[in-house]
Amino acid sequence: MAETLLFNALREAIDEEMARDPHVLVMGEDVGHYGGSYKVTKDLYQKYGELRLLDTPIAENSFTGMAVGAAMTGLRPIIEGMNMGFLLLAFNQIANNAGMLRYTSGGNYKIPMVIRGPGGVGRQLGAEHSQRLEAYFQAVPGLKIVACSTPYNAKGLLKSAIRDDNPVLFFEHVLLYNLKENLPDGEYLLPLDKAEVVRSGKDVTILTYSRMRHHVMQAAKTLEKDGYDPEVIDLLSLKPLDFETIGTSIRKTHKVIVVEECMRTGGIGAEIVASINDRLFDELDAPVLRLSSQDIPTPYNGTLENLTIVQPQQIVEAVEKMIALRV
Amino acid sequence: MVQERTLPTFHASSVEMSREEGLRLYEDMVLGRMFEDKCAEMYYRGKMFGFVHLYNGQEAVSTGVIKSMRPGEDYVCSTYRDHVHALSAGVPARNVMAELFGKATGCSKGRGGSMHLFSAEHRLLGGYAFIGEGIPVATGAAFQTKYRREVMGDKTADQVTAAFFGDGTTNNGQFFECLNMAALWNLPILFVVENNKWAIGMAHERATSQPEIYRKASVFGMPGVEVDGMDVLAVWSAAQTAVARARAGEGPTLIECLTYRFRGHSLADPDELRSKAEKEAWLARDPIKKFTTYLIEQKLASQPDLKEIDSRIQALVDEAVQFALESPEPSPSELYRYIFSED
Ligand SMILES: Cc1ncc(C[n+]2csc(CCOP(=O)(O)OP(=O)(O)O)c2C)c(N)n1
Ligand SMILES: [Mg+2]
Repeated sequence: MAETLLFNALREAIDEEMARDPHVLVMGEDVGHYGGSYKVTKDLYQKYGELRLLDTPIAENSFTGMAVGAAMTGLRPIIEGMNMGFLLLAFNQIANNAGMLRYTSGGNYKIPMVIRGPGGVGRQLGAEHSQRLEAYFQAVPGLKIVACSTPYNAKGLLKSAIRDDNPVLFFEHVLLYNLKENLPDGEYLLPLDKAEVVRSGKDVTILTYSRMRHHVMQAAKTLEKDGYDPEVIDLLSLKPLDFETIGTSIRKTHKVIVVEECMRTGGIGAEIVASINDRLFDELDAPVLRLSSQDIPTPYNGTLENLTIVQPQQIVEAVEKMIALRV
Repeated sequence: MVQERTLPTFHASSVEMSREEGLRLYEDMVLGRMFEDKCAEMYYRGKMFGFVHLYNGQEAVSTGVIKSMRPGEDYVCSTYRDHVHALSAGVPARNVMAELFGKATGCSKGRGGSMHLFSAEHRLLGGYAFIGEGIPVATGAAFQTKYRREVMGDKTADQVTAAFFGDGTTNNGQFFECLNMAALWNLPILFVVENNKWAIGMAHERATSQPEIYRKASVFGMPGVEVDGMDVLAVWSAAQTAVARARAGEGPTLIECLTYRFRGHSLADPDELRSKAEKEAWLARDPIKKFTTYLIEQKLASQPDLKEIDSRIQALVDEAVQFALESPEPSPSELYRYIFSED
C-alpha cells in the first residue's frame, strides 16, 4: 500500500499502460516537456520519448482528429484536454468521428482512444474554465463516458479505459487532483460500466458522481448523526449507466435523490430521472429529486460560485424532506 | 468574372509511360466516369437517396494520385465526393454501388451512404461528410506510420497517406493546422487539393485572399505544386515525386490540382451560377479524351484496345447495379450493431 495523490494515480495508470503496450501514446498541449497542466504526465517523456508524449500545437480539433486517425490505424492514443473545456473546439472530431465513425463505417474501424483531462467547476476559474461538459457529450452515440472521483478509482478506471477498444471520454475534476489514498501495490483494473456503492444504507438512494460524491459523503456524516441511513452510489460510468446497481438500490429504498455538478437542463440527472421513470417507476414512493448546478455560466465571484453548485447542506435538507415525504 | 488561371504546362514527353501503366490509368478513369454516370441514372430512378456528389471531370486527380500509391498498403482519405476515390483505392464497384443503395453488402454495410464510404481492407480511411474533418484523420494515419517506424522499430512502416479535399476546404482551420503539424513532424502525407473553382455556389476567388492554394505550402516550409488536374499524366507525375518523397521520410507535399466538376455540386444542385462559357471551356479539357489522344498518339494503345476496356467497364458497372439491386437490406434486428467494438 502506498499513499498516492490522485494526479499521481492517473500518472501511474498511464505509465503502466505505456510500459505494457507500445501502441499507447499521449497527445495534447504541454503533455511532454511540461508534464501536463496538472502534472499527470510529469517526466514521462523522458522515459518514453517525445513521440509517445507528443506535445501538440494548440489545435484541439485537429489533434483530436489525428488521434482518431491514429486509432483507426492501430495505435491507442490518449488525448489530454489541457482543460476539458478546450475540447469544445474538438466537438466535431469527438462527436462525428470518434463517436460515430465505427457505426457509419459499418464496423470497418475501431477507435480505441481515451479523451481525458481536468473538468468541472474549480475555485473561481471563471465560466469558460468551469464547464460542466458531460451533459453536452452524453447524447453522442458511440462514446463511453467515465467520471473518476478517488485516487483508487481514477487509476483502475483509466487503465481499463486505455484498454477499451472504444472511444472513452474520461472526466477528472480539477479540485480532486490532490486527494490522497492508499493504493494497492499490485496491478488492478476497474470495470468501466459498474457503479460503486460508496455507503450502503436503507432510507434513500443518492446517485452522484465526480466531486459531488465528496459533498454527498460530507452530508452523509451529518445525516448519520441525525439517525438517517442513506445509500450513496457513485455512478463512475455516466454512459452507459449501471442500472443493475441503481435498480437494486431503488428496490430497497424506494426513494431517489440525484446530486450532480452538471447543469439541470438536459443533464445527467435529467437522463437518470427519465430512465428511472421508464424502468422503475412502480418502485418509487416519491418523485425523484434532482439537485443540480444552476443553469447559468459559472460566475467568478466566490459567493455566487458557491450558490451555483450543490452544497452539502442542501443535500442534508433534501434527504430530510424526502424521508419525511414532503417532496 | 475573374480571369481564369492559366493551367501550368506539362510536357508529356517528360514522363516514361508504359502501355501497361497507361491502360491501367485509362481504365481507372473510365471506371470513375461510368460509375458516376450510372449513379446519376440510379438517383433519378429513385434507387439512391440523400446528397450524392459526383466526380465527373475530376477523374485525372483520383487516378493520377491513387494509382501512384501501393494498393491495400497506403492510406486514402476522402470527402463526401468519395465514390471515385474508393474505386481507385480498389474497393469493388459492386460494394460501393450497394452502399449507395443502402444495402447490407455495401462497403459500410448500408450504415454510411454516399458520403461515408469506408474500407479497412483497402485502407480507405473514409468519406467524410463535413468539410475538412478528414484532413486530421489522414494526418493521424500518417503519424501512425512514423510512430511504428520510429517508436516500434517497424522497418516495413513506410506507408504513405493521401488526403483529398476541395478548394473551399482550404479556408478551414483544419487545413492549416494539419499542414503545420505534418511539416513540423515530417509526416508521410500528400495533401491533394482538387481546386474545381467552386464550393457549391461560392466562387473560389470570393472565398480566399490568396487563390493560388499551392503557395500556401511555402509558409510551412513544405513543397507546394500546381498541377493541371485535367491531365492525368501531370497529376501522376507530381504524385510519383510526392509519394517517393513521403516514402523516403522527406515529409509532406501539397498538390493543387486545377480541375472542374462537369456536373452540379450534388445531384440536388440546380447549378445556376456557373456560366455556360466556363463550363464549355472546361468540358473541352475532358481528362479522359485528353488521355485517349495521348495513348493513341504515343501508340500505347489502339482505338479497339480502348473500346474493349470501355465495354468491359460498362459491363462491370452494370453488374454492380445488378448486385446492389439483388442484395439484401440490412436486418432491422441489427439496428444497434457496430456502435461499439464489441458489436
Ligand atoms: C463543416 C461543413 N460545412 C458546410 C458543409 C456544406 N458543404 C458541403 S460541400 C461544400 C463546399 C465544399 O467545397 P470544396 O471544398 O471546394 O469541395 P467540392 O465540393 O468543390 O469538391 C459545403 C459548404 C459541410 N459539408 N461541412
Ligand atoms: Mg470546390
